Amino acid sequence: MRGAGAIGVAANALARAEAQAASPAVSLAGIDITFNLKDGGRYQAVSQINLDVAPGEFVAVVGPTGCGKSTLLNAAAGLLQPSAGKVGILGEPLRGLNLKAGYLFQLDALMPWKTALQNVAVALESQGVTGKEADERARAWLARVGLRAFTDRYPHMLSGGQKKRVALAQVLIRDPKILLMDEPFGPLDAQTRQIMGNLLLDLWSKDRKAVMFVTHDLEEAISLSDRVVVMSAGPSAGIVGDYRVSLKRPRDIADIRLDKDFHEIHRQIWQTLKVEVQKAYAAGEGKDMVADGSHAGVGR
Amino acid sequence: MNGSYSRFRITLLQVLVAMLFLLCWHIATTTPLFAEPKKMQFFFSTPIDVLARTWRQFIGGEIWYHLGITLTETVLAFVFGATGGVLCGFLFARKELLAAVFDPYIKAANALPRVVLAPIFALWFGLGIWSKVALGFTLVFFIVFFNVYQGVREVSQTVLANARMLGMNERQLMRHVYWPAAMTWMFSSLHTSVGFALVGAVVGEYLGSSAGLGYKIHEAESVFDVTGVFSGMLILTIFVVILDTIVTMIENRLLVWRPGQASTSANG
Repeated sequence: MRGAGAIGVAANALARAEAQAASPAVSLAGIDITFNLKDGGRYQAVSQINLDVAPGEFVAVVGPTGCGKSTLLNAAAGLLQPSAGKVGILGEPLRGLNLKAGYLFQLDALMPWKTALQNVAVALESQGVTGKEADERARAWLARVGLRAFTDRYPHMLSGGQKKRVALAQVLIRDPKILLMDEPFGPLDAQTRQIMGNLLLDLWSKDRKAVMFVTHDLEEAISLSDRVVVMSAGPSAGIVGDYRVSLKRPRDIADIRLDKDFHEIHRQIWQTLKVEVQKAYAAGEGKDMVADGSHAGVGR
Repeated sequence: MNGSYSRFRITLLQVLVAMLFLLCWHIATTTPLFAEPKKMQFFFSTPIDVLARTWRQFIGGEIWYHLGITLTETVLAFVFGATGGVLCGFLFARKELLAAVFDPYIKAANALPRVVLAPIFALWFGLGIWSKVALGFTLVFFIVFFNVYQGVREVSQTVLANARMLGMNERQLMRHVYWPAAMTWMFSSLHTSVGFALVGAVVGEYLGSSAGLGYKIHEAESVFDVTGVFSGMLILTIFVVILDTIVTMIENRLLVWRPGQASTSANG
């Protein structure tokens, strides 16, 4: 009896592990997100979104401004409750915040009153690592993102790119299984974006986390990812395209843009995206404002 | 700020302004240009007399006792007021119901001119230092309270969301996000609140006490000793300038992380 029971438990554990390995890192099924507007109306940002991100897969989500792609990311992060649908993380339904994921924000998210080192070290506190050990590991991570000499700087003493590096170290030091990125390199200049893109790919290639990368820059999306998902213009945005990017890795962001295959896939995706971008423009400024307002409301 | 002029030139002009002022004062009170010097001196004293009196007071040592009293009152008023302001501001910012319920009362209490409380405090706490500390407290408390309340409520949503995504629990958020934000705002009102602590102390002394700078000035006034009044004001000014310099030094040390370290004295 006892032996059989033990075997049963082991088999269960095995089955669970297998299920986890097989199930997607992020699974969005039938997601609707609706906001209550200040004037009493309702705004449906996205509707009926189905999207799976496999373990180790780098998925970029592109779409016109205000289409709700960041909103969707917030739902995957648990920062926002979808009004309908299911969010699954590594085979389990998401409850509360998604702490298996690291989230890289578009805006400055570092604590301005902490130095680069303190900002990174504090990320370990929720895992019970503090003091000297946290400092040492933070120092090592800052070195990996190329900030060895800047550990004692406060955020305001760092450039935009350097702040993003700190933010990256802050997220990665916790070793999340999933990376959620909301136009993280959006505010940076073109050269810095390329450098940061290469750094990201370099770090990602070491342990291949599942990545959901939101951007409005199609070139950035293609050069980084394995798969590009195109969202339609809001309101009630949905997925209108799903393209596999089979460019070989390792990639150099700057070089790969000169590749013939790159141009081909860019042309294909742009056919779809262009229509949505034009729709978004045609919808006018007013609609955009509403969409942006609702984003701000969920605490980006 | 004034990049086009050299520091030396500005200092020189500043000294010149002071000299000119003293010179005018001197001429007006020692020559029969406007009125009889004796009469003028009764109303305006003379710069030399005021400086000499001030010097004698510093040498004499008695003034140090009064300065010590005023300083003690200022520091106590600031410490109690700031502590109370930070705690209440923090609590109100985190408990919305509390803030909503108390809002009109806080506003009403803050609208009351605090000077009218001085006699009441003298009645309750006596003529010693505690009635002055209480007056200073009512001034400092509201400044710090409003600053901290606003500061905690306006913590960047991105910073907050990021901290939560890093797995921080409520206690850790408190320690790493809310508390530093509150302290920042407390320190950014430092110049103003220290200034008001001093105002509370001096006004309290002026209205009824037996020691302190306010008392000294009042004492001189009551016997029409204009030289004594001006000398007391000069000492008070020197005291304020020194206090303000110390506050600036503390502020620069504690707020190194803040961009464009601007002094907050403009708020005052």
